[in-house]
Amino acid sequence: MKTLKPISRLLIALSALLMVSAYFVPLWQILMWAPQYPEGLEMDIWINTISGDVKVISALNHYIGMKHIEVEMFPEFQYMIYVVGGLIGFGLLTALSNRRIMVWLFCFLLIATGIAALVDFWLWGYDYGHNLDPTAAINIPGMTYQPPLIGTKQLLNFTAFSGPDIGGWIFIGAALLAIATLGYEIFSKKKRV
Amino acid sequence: MKTKIIYRILSALVVLSSLVVWQGCKPKAPGSVTMGDAANKAFVPPGKYDEFYNIVSGGFNGQIGVYGIPSGRLFKILPVFSVFPESGYGYSEETKPMLNTSHGFVPWDDLHHIALSTTKGEHDGRWAFANANNTPRVARVSMKTFRTEEILEIPNSGGNHSSPFITENTEYLVAGTRFSIPMGNKDVPISSYKENFKGSISFIKVNPSDGKMNIAFQLRTPGFNYDLSRAGKGPSHGWFFFSCYNTEQAYTLLEVNASQKDKDFIMAVNWKKAEEYIAQGKGRIEKAKYAHNVYDESTHSATSTMQQEVTVLDVMEFPDIVYFIPCPKSPHGCDVDPSGEYIVGSGKLAAMMPVFSFTKIQKAIANKDYEGDFSGIPVIKYESALHGEVKKPGLGPLHTEFDDKGNAYTSMFVSSEIVKWNVKTLEVLDRVPTYYSIGHLSVPGGPTAKPHGKYVIAYNKITKDRYLPTGPELTQSAQIYDISGDKMQLILDFPTTGEPHYAEAIPASMVSPNSLKIYKLEENKHPYAAIGEGQAKVVRKGNEVHVSMTAIRSHLTPDNIEGVRMGDVVYFHLTNLEQDWDVPHGFAVKGNAGNAEILVMPGETQTLKWTPDEVGVIPFYCTDFCSALHQEMSGYIRVSPAGSNTPLKFSTGVIEDSNAGK
Repeated sequence: MKTLKPISRLLIALSALLMVSAYFVPLWQILMWAPQYPEGLEMDIWINTISGDVKVISALNHYIGMKHIEVEMFPEFQYMIYVVGGLIGFGLLTALSNRRIMVWLFCFLLIATGIAALVDFWLWGYDYGHNLDPTAAINIPGMTYQPPLIGTKQLLNFTAFSGPDIGGWIFIGAALLAIATLGYEIFSKKKRV
Repeated sequence: MKTKIIYRILSALVVLSSLVVWQGCKPKAPGSVTMGDAANKAFVPPGKYDEFYNIVSGGFNGQIGVYGIPSGRLFKILPVFSVFPESGYGYSEETKPMLNTSHGFVPWDDLHHIALSTTKGEHDGRWAFANANNTPRVARVSMKTFRTEEILEIPNSGGNHSSPFITENTEYLVAGTRFSIPMGNKDVPISSYKENFKGSISFIKVNPSDGKMNIAFQLRTPGFNYDLSRAGKGPSHGWFFFSCYNTEQAYTLLEVNASQKDKDFIMAVNWKKAEEYIAQGKGRIEKAKYAHNVYDESTHSATSTMQQEVTVLDVMEFPDIVYFIPCPKSPHGCDVDPSGEYIVGSGKLAAMMPVFSFTKIQKAIANKDYEGDFSGIPVIKYESALHGEVKKPGLGPLHTEFDDKGNAYTSMFVSSEIVKWNVKTLEVLDRVPTYYSIGHLSVPGGPTAKPHGKYVIAYNKITKDRYLPTGPELTQSAQIYDISGDKMQLILDFPTTGEPHYAEAIPASMVSPNSLKIYKLEENKHPYAAIGEGQAKVVRKGNEVHVSMTAIRSHLTPDNIEGVRMGDVVYFHLTNLEQDWDVPHGFAVKGNAGNAEILVMPGETQTLKWTPDEVGVIPFYCTDFCSALHQEMSGYIRVSPAGSNTPLKFSTGVIEDSNAGK
């Protein structure tokens, strides 16, 4: 059974605890600018809700037939708190268990969660941008309005940006820390032998 | 023959050249060209902000104009004492009470002076106060919403000119009567002026937390005219100074009869003393009727309350409240310098300007250094109060403001110029022409203990050739001068609305961060507000039909209304559901006699009253171009004959073809 160095256990615990921030700060942000909105519009995605200029964005998007954005649209908000809670719990368990296999699993879980989140977000964006009300006032043949997954995209008069918010960056940092710890374990083990 | 022609040509040339010389000898027309880097100094690049807000009285338009300095750009016309069909001010049911008075609804007034609230003698950016010169009133305007929040009528006043000047910490603002009148609606001969006519100075307490005003007390003063005033500050805090004219007590042809005496008065009022007498219960309660109108930001509605009494202190009975200081020839301006020590009297018909010293006034009072009395009130000896005279400043001095370097700037109406002079040495330093006949002037922070300096703005009474002509009635003209150097430099001419009298300028940084963007829907307490389309409804109460309507880009809910009958009165209560900056919706209905539109800000509710005068289907629509589908933002209301039984119904987006199934 491969055990862990004390420092690694500490780092894994730190990685898990960093993710607690997900309950207090927004994870993802969507920013939009248009000629009429030089100050920009902002939508922040939290672990269980959305905030920012959601009403304004919905009011504008109804012209092209996009759905009114409501918290209830996202079943994810019901279970995300448990998913992140599970990740934190697993991280702490990893630190306690003192087994390297657990670090492997922890890293795998983190990466899998991240990929799943992005896939989920892309699927929602696809539906939000493609599934348009046929009676909408503005109908541009061939035009769809899927928001960018990550990065910037021009949608009619709006420039939309999508990317991690503070919570997202902390999450990425926590995952990198866990992976680095794993790397350190593997690397230093070889050296010692 | 040839020589004759040459001779003729030569003589023609001589005549021509002498004409040219003759033209050259004539005095030149007033200068008009700005010099050097003037354009740069007044230029604010597109998209950039001005350094100062200029809050400018509109005179006979009853409004305030909000401009940027140094660009001179107009940002807003803010209705105060006059109805404003553009926004529905004075037309919407919510704002009508703002213009209520003891005489009923007065839709117009003459707004002369601005006072920006101060704390410790310095601007605090909270409120602007303004006076109504005709039907005596004062108003308070929020610098957060740029809206009139309160109007208080002044009883026992013949016209509120000497107003709304404020004390150092905005404890009080004053309202001095321009015309003396017989108090208490007395039916007396006009010729009994000396016997029956009295002056009145109201001290209006301002609540430091919310700005609400009430008349704390009125001073009953000798009968003549009260013109302008300023509060003391620093060492002179606790005193107020008023310029007085017509001490001749003329009641006809004032032009001549009120210009006879060499000296009128500056009236010094020890208001702290008056406060003490009031606290001791020495004031006399008198019956009076005056309206107090307050706008509530959460109900988006004004209420008007009729007040019944006022506390009066007769200064003839309390001789240590008031003192007169002789001041030459019908003084207009009565301005206190930033230190609070010097009081500048501007005798508009005098050839010099006296500057009085507060220390000397106090010493003269202590030594009873009086030259006599007027109506029992001591008149301090001119020399005993005098710091010195500014010699030959110009013609027709009206008003003085101050910079941050110990200089004063006085407007000269007759000689049409601004004169810069040093307050201590009284030496004239510079003069520049204005175009034409300047009235008031304004230095940013000029009346405060801490002037911001940098510019002086001239508000002129005559425009003539300054802009492209627009028929007999011209815009008013203002000029901005850079005063950062030794010499004043004209940098911009800009047109103004109404006829500006006094104005104040305040750094943008003290105001713009607090500017409200939207009213929050969840804070809307209007009794007919529809917070969401689900709450939109039409309710009949006898012959009143109340439509709680919502507006959001780009539809009105409901937009089909039926069941209204001739003889009904319809109230459209429109709630703007937007919570986005700069998305107002407007509302108007066809043929609304005697009424205007309403302009409703995001989160706000306003009510437009409409009495249908014909049977039919009447369109209504959004009047503020709100979105790409603004033209579609409309609806119909059906008016049936009186007594018909068309059912009351309302909807939006319900397609119900009456031909279906037939």
